[in-house]
Amino acid sequence: MQRTSNWGPDYFHKVVDCQWACPAHTPVPEYIRLIAEGRYTDAYMVNWTSNVFPGILGRTCDRPCEPACRRGRVEDEPVAICRLKRVAADNKAGVTARLPSPAEQSNGKRVALIGCGPASLTVARDLAPLGYEITIYDGEAKTGGMIRSQIPRFRLPEEVIDEEVGYITALGGMELRMGSRIDSLKALLAEGYDAIFVGSGAPRGRDLELPGREEARANIHIGIDWLSSVSFGHIDKIGRRVIVLGGGNTAMDCCRTSRRLGGEDVKVIVRSGFEEMKASPWEKEDAIHEDIPILNFRVPKAFTHEVGKLTGVTFEVVHAEYDESGRRRLVPSGDADEHYECDDVLVAVGQENSFPWIERDAGLAFDDAIGMPQVNPLTMQSSLPHVFFGGDAAFGPKNIIWAVAHGHDAAVSIDKFCRGEDVSLRPPPEFSLVSQKMGIHEWSYDNDISNDQRYRVPLRDKVVALKDVRLEVELGFDRELGFKEAERCLNCDVETVFADKLCIECDACVDICPMDCITFTEDGEEEDLRGRLKAPAENPTQDLYVSGTLATGRVMVKDEDVCLHCGLCAERCPTGAWDMQKFLIEMTHAGGRHG
Amino acid sequence: MTYITKPQLHHPGLAKNALGFTRRDYEGSVSTLCAGCGHDSISASIIQAVYELELPPHRIAKLSGIGCSSKTPDYFLGNSHGFNTVHGRMPSVLTGANLANKDLIYLGVSGDGDSASIGLGQFAHAMRRGVNMLYIVENNGVYGLTKGQFSATSDKGSKSKRGVVNHDAGIDLVGMALQLGATFVGRSFSGDKDQLTPLIKAGLMHKGAAFIDCISPCVQFNNHVGSTKSFDYVREHNEAVNRLDVITPRAPIRVDYAPGESVRVQQHDGSILSLHKLAELYNPNNRAQALGYLQARQARGQVVTGLLYVDPNAGDLHEAMGTVDTPLNELGEAELVPGAAALAKINAGLR
Repeated sequence: MQRTSNWGPDYFHKVVDCQWACPAHTPVPEYIRLIAEGRYTDAYMVNWTSNVFPGILGRTCDRPCEPACRRGRVEDEPVAICRLKRVAADNKAGVTARLPSPAEQSNGKRVALIGCGPASLTVARDLAPLGYEITIYDGEAKTGGMIRSQIPRFRLPEEVIDEEVGYITALGGMELRMGSRIDSLKALLAEGYDAIFVGSGAPRGRDLELPGREEARANIHIGIDWLSSVSFGHIDKIGRRVIVLGGGNTAMDCCRTSRRLGGEDVKVIVRSGFEEMKASPWEKEDAIHEDIPILNFRVPKAFTHEVGKLTGVTFEVVHAEYDESGRRRLVPSGDADEHYECDDVLVAVGQENSFPWIERDAGLAFDDAIGMPQVNPLTMQSSLPHVFFGGDAAFGPKNIIWAVAHGHDAAVSIDKFCRGEDVSLRPPPEFSLVSQKMGIHEWSYDNDISNDQRYRVPLRDKVVALKDVRLEVELGFDRELGFKEAERCLNCDVETVFADKLCIECDACVDICPMDCITFTEDGEEEDLRGRLKAPAENPTQDLYVSGTLATGRVMVKDEDVCLHCGLCAERCPTGAWDMQKFLIEMTHAGGRHG
Repeated sequence: MTYITKPQLHHPGLAKNALGFTRRDYEGSVSTLCAGCGHDSISASIIQAVYELELPPHRIAKLSGIGCSSKTPDYFLGNSHGFNTVHGRMPSVLTGANLANKDLIYLGVSGDGDSASIGLGQFAHAMRRGVNMLYIVENNGVYGLTKGQFSATSDKGSKSKRGVVNHDAGIDLVGMALQLGATFVGRSFSGDKDQLTPLIKAGLMHKGAAFIDCISPCVQFNNHVGSTKSFDYVREHNEAVNRLDVITPRAPIRVDYAPGESVRVQQHDGSILSLHKLAELYNPNNRAQALGYLQARQARGQVVTGLLYVDPNAGDLHEAMGTVDTPLNELGEAELVPGAAALAKINAGLR
C-alpha cells in the first residue's frame, strides 16, 4: 500500500469521525475537552464560530456526529456529543465581548436574505462583520424560522432562540423585515440587490388525500402547520384521543405536543416498520417514554366520520417484503383492516418545498421533475449568478446543522461573488498538527480512558412535564454529569503520528495497544493487508495508516477503526517514533474567518 | 514506566478460547520496565502461548528471581500463582514447589544475571534433575538495573554503550543446558514472536526440564553498535534451524509444509511438535549433534535459534524419585503418618 501522507488535512480529519460527520465540521473533541476543564465559555465559542447555534443545537440537533463517534464502536453507545454542547451553552459566562464587532463602515454591497431561519441567519452572521448591508425578509412576525415555528417549546425554550438569534442581529448592518413575505422573485430582483440568498425552508406539509378527508376536515390537521399554531399560541388544546400519522421527527413532535394539550390516548401509526422509521431513535424513545404507543406496518385507508365529525381512521395491515436488490415493498398481510377511533388526526407524512413566488420566467433554472431550483452543491449558487440557496430550500428537507453548513458555504460564495472572484475556488481549511507531549509520561490531554457508560440526560418529572407545553422537559446535564460524560470522549483529534525513520521495530507498541490496532508485517495491497493484521480490519470505512518500508523490509500498519487514542503506543515507544499530535482543523468562512 | 493503567476496553472482535477467556484475560498489571524493553515482548508471547494452550490461569505457577527479567511475572498471568524469590534462587524454590504439588504447570522466569552469575549453580541442578518446568532466561547480556555493566552472557569482544570492550568469555546457557541434561532446549529472540510463542507453548507442555534462552535487547543499555544483543545484530546474525508449530489434540493447527520438509515429534501429553526444517541437516533429536552445530555456528558469529533439542520421551524428577501419583500437598495425615505397624514393617524390610 502507499505510505499514508501526513501533509494533507483529509487523512487526519477523517480520523476525527465526529468532526468529519458534522456538516459544519465543528471541532467536537476540542470543545469537549474545554467542557471537562470547566472552560464553558471557550467551549461555547468553539461551537459558536462553527455552528452558530450551540444552545439550540445542543437541544435539537440531528447529531450526525453521534452515529459516527468512535466510542460507539468500542462499546455500546457514543459520547452524548449533542447534549454536551448544551452544557457549554448553559454554563457559559457572557459572550457578548467575544462576538465579532459590527463593521465600522458598509462595504456598499446589499444582500437580501429570504427567510429568517438557520440558513439565512448563518449567512447574516458570516457577512455582517464584513460590512455587508443585509435585509432579511420573513412572512412570520418573529425570527428563527422553523426553529421557532416547528420545534415545540418543551424541547427548546423561547429564551434560547431569542438569545442566539440576538447574537446575530447584534452584529449590526442588518434590517429585519418581519411579516413581509416575498411574493415575487422578479420584484425582488428589480430592487437591485448585489446578491440574494434564498433560505425559505420547506414550508409545506404533505396532505393525505383519503376518503373522508374533506368531510372530516375540521379535525384533521397538517402536522407542521399545527405545530406552528401551537408555537405561536393560536392553538392550545386537542381532543382526548389523537392519532398521529407518520414516522418522522415531526410526528414525534406532534404526538408529544398532543400529550401536553389534553391528548390522553395518543398513538403514532406508521406505514413502515418501527426500525425503518425516519425519526431519530432518541426521539422515538422520548415519545414512548411519554406513554405514546407506536403501531407499525399500518397503511391509512380512510378517515371515518359521522355527521361531519371525525370518528377514526381505517388501516390496512401490511408487512415488508424485500426484492433481490434489497428494495422494500409493503404488501397486504391479508389480515382484516383495523379501525382506530379518535377525535383528532395529525398528518405528519413529510414536508416539501414550495416556490410559488419564483416565477418560472424569472431566469432561474428549475429541475422540473422534482420542482426544485438547480443549485450547485459546492457553491450554493443557482443559475442566476447572484442568487444563492441554502437550508431546506436548496435540496429539500434536512435539518438545522445542514442549514448552517449551507449558510457558511453560501456566505463564502456571496462574498467572493461581490468581490468579483471565482466562486468555484473554495478557500482551504486551516489546520495544525502539534505534539501533545509534556514530559516522559505526560500529555496535555487526559489519556486515561473512562470506562463509564453513556449518561442519561435527567428529565423533568413526567406528570409535571406533561402539564405545560412550554415547560422544557430535559433538564440537561449538570456540571458534574457533564464532566463525566465529557471524560468518555476518546480525543480522536489527538492523533497517533508515526515517524518511520525512528522506529527500531521493538514491538513495544504492538504489545501495549489495548485494541490490537498495530501490526508490523510484509507490505501488500489494502485488501490483502486488511485480512492479515493482528485484528482483522473489517470496517472498510476506516482507513489503514501505513508507514514506509522499515529496516526489516516490513511496514507498520495501524487500523484506525477502534483506536482509543490513549497514547500508550507513544508512551511505550523508546525512540519517539510514535507521537500524539493534536490535529485541529477549522473551516474557512466568508472573509477568511475560521471556525 | 507508564502512568495510566491499560484501558479495559478491547477490540470488539477479540476471540475467546475454550475456557471463555480472551488473550487480555491473561495479562497482568502494566509493565514498569523501560519503554521498548525486549522483556515486554516475551511477556506478550507468554500471554499469547498460555491463551492459545487454553490453560486455566490458576493451574500455573510463575516463579522468578531478581532483576528486570524477574520483575516481568507481574506483567502477565495476573490470575496465576507467583513467587518472587531471592536472587538466583528461583530454581530451588521452584523445585520445592514442584515436589509439593506436581499438578501445577511451572514457569521459571530469570535473566542472565540471575541465572548465569549468582544463580548458575541453581540453574545447573534444576536442569540436571529434570524438574518439570519451563525455564526462560530473558537474556539481554547486560546489567540493566545497575546501569549497563557487562553480564556473564556478554560475548567476549562486544562493546558496552560507553565503548568498553568485554574481555571475559560469555557463558552460553544453551550449551550448558544441553550438557547438563535438559530435555528440551531452544533459543529465540524477543523480536520474533512468530518463533518464540510456539517454543513457549511446546516448552510448557514438555515433561521434564525445558529451557529457552531468549535474547531480549536492552533498549536502554545494550542496543548499540558493538553489542551482540541488539535488535540489529540479532536480526543480521539470526540463523533459525527450524520453525515450530505446536499441535494440541484440542486445537489442531493446519500446517502447510510438504511432508519431506517437516519433522513431527509427539510429546508425552499427546501434543505434536511439527518442525519445519530451515537448516537442511539439522536434527533436533540428537544432543551431541546439537552441541557441535551450535559451536560451529557460534564460531562463525551466528546466533542459532529455534528448537535445538527435544527428547519426547523424557521423564522428570518425580518419575526418578518414584513419588506417588497424588501431589504430596494433597496427602492427608493418614497417608503421611501411617502408624507404628507400617514403621515396623519398613524397619523389618531393612534388617
